[in-house]
Amino acid sequence: MLALFQRDLRLAVRVGGSALVGVLFFLAVVTVIPFGVGPDLNLLARIGPAILWIGALLATLLGLDRLFQADRDDGTLDLMLMAGRPLEVVVLIKCLAHWVATGLPLVVAAPLLGIFLNLDPVAMGAVTLTLLVGTPALTLIGAIGASLTVSLRRGGLLLAVLVVPLAIPVLIFGVSSADAALHDPVPFLTPFLILCALSLIAAVVGPVASAMALRFSAE
Amino acid sequence: MAIWDYANPTRFMRLADLVLPWLIGLCVLAFAAGLYMGFFVSPEDYQQGDTVRIMYIHVPAAWLSMMCYSIMALSSLGTLVWKHPLADVSAKCAAPIGAAFTFMALVTGSLWGKPMWGTYWVWDARLTSVLVLLIMYLGLMTLWRTMDDPIKAGKAAAVLTLVGALNLPIIKFSVDWWNTLHQPASVMRMDGPTIHPDLLWPLMVMAVAFTLLFFVLHLMAMRNEILRRRVRALRLRAASAASPGTAAATAQPAE
Repeated sequence: MLALFQRDLRLAVRVGGSALVGVLFFLAVVTVIPFGVGPDLNLLARIGPAILWIGALLATLLGLDRLFQADRDDGTLDLMLMAGRPLEVVVLIKCLAHWVATGLPLVVAAPLLGIFLNLDPVAMGAVTLTLLVGTPALTLIGAIGASLTVSLRRGGLLLAVLVVPLAIPVLIFGVSSADAALHDPVPFLTPFLILCALSLIAAVVGPVASAMALRFSAE
Repeated sequence: MAIWDYANPTRFMRLADLVLPWLIGLCVLAFAAGLYMGFFVSPEDYQQGDTVRIMYIHVPAAWLSMMCYSIMALSSLGTLVWKHPLADVSAKCAAPIGAAFTFMALVTGSLWGKPMWGTYWVWDARLTSVLVLLIMYLGLMTLWRTMDDPIKAGKAAAVLTLVGALNLPIIKFSVDWWNTLHQPASVMRMDGPTIHPDLLWPLMVMAVAFTLLFFVLHLMAMRNEILRRRVRALRLRAASAASPGTAAATAQPAE
């Protein structure tokens, strides 16, 4: 299992450079927003957490179709299916490696991009923390979509459509807890803990559902 | 178990042919009664005036949008757990109907919202979650369309349906959990409905009519889908008979 984790991580970092592409896309999204809403720094500071979250969601969606596609194309996925290991655990490990390769760079890049958006240090910390807790949920939910569309030729677009409705609760509580840290109408901890709970639920539902979908697609 | 007797599509078709005329008749009667009560018998609301009559379309459509998804979730369980051969037909046929009801609930809701709230659309919990439900319906329909093999598509869609079913309780309780513009539940309550009986009765009749409409459309769609799959199976068989070289690849009939 550790070997699988290392293999996936190495593949992700060396072959596609997907980590870098994700962060670049994140940067591009954040750069585009001020052109859309105008360079008003107060406004940007107010909607900054939301921008960062939406950017992270889009960047995550962008990389998701790589999760199983490459392994299916070269036949590795079939080997994993037949290896006798519980497929749910395999999926979980793959998600973890995928998150470390694409999600974690987003989290690391978030404070830097926060400077562009005129976020104060508290908000920056809050957004980074919520992204750290919330992006695994995005990856795990996305794994369901990725496994459903793995047998389709251009599943990436459909994947985004399928995953976005399921990812909305994560977005809601991620942004609301970041906002709560800023102007506290509610304590920060309440939405933050719900966000943690969402990640944990996703860690259970995501691997089970996507393992099921992978088995069906391989039949 | 009775439901197993209808695993055979032929038997199911016979049952559908038998039931449908009665169902259609009942549905027309219920609609006639419900519309009559809604338009002529039920009083105007003392605050909302005539616009309250939108409720007789809006509320049943909203109920049906969720009931339809529940039926799809149950059918998906049937597909995945019991491998009932008609379960994925049922789920597939329910999706467009559910999407239509959801769309109707959204449209009538915004038409009602304009005179009452002063806006067609607000981003409150109920409206947003129903919009998400519509997107889920459309996504499921797309997933079904993009896969060639109906059996495989049915299984994939069943997984997604069950995962999406986690959203249903959020929609149902969204008006109770978050205090937003949409009014809280007033009919399905533990302590009994809070609307006046004069308004409640037409609403109930309309709800029955809508439910019957759903079952009529659902049975018809299922019948069509079964016929469509038979045509597909026959075509596959004809194709494999015409070219024996590829017979091995296409030998599995769809049904």
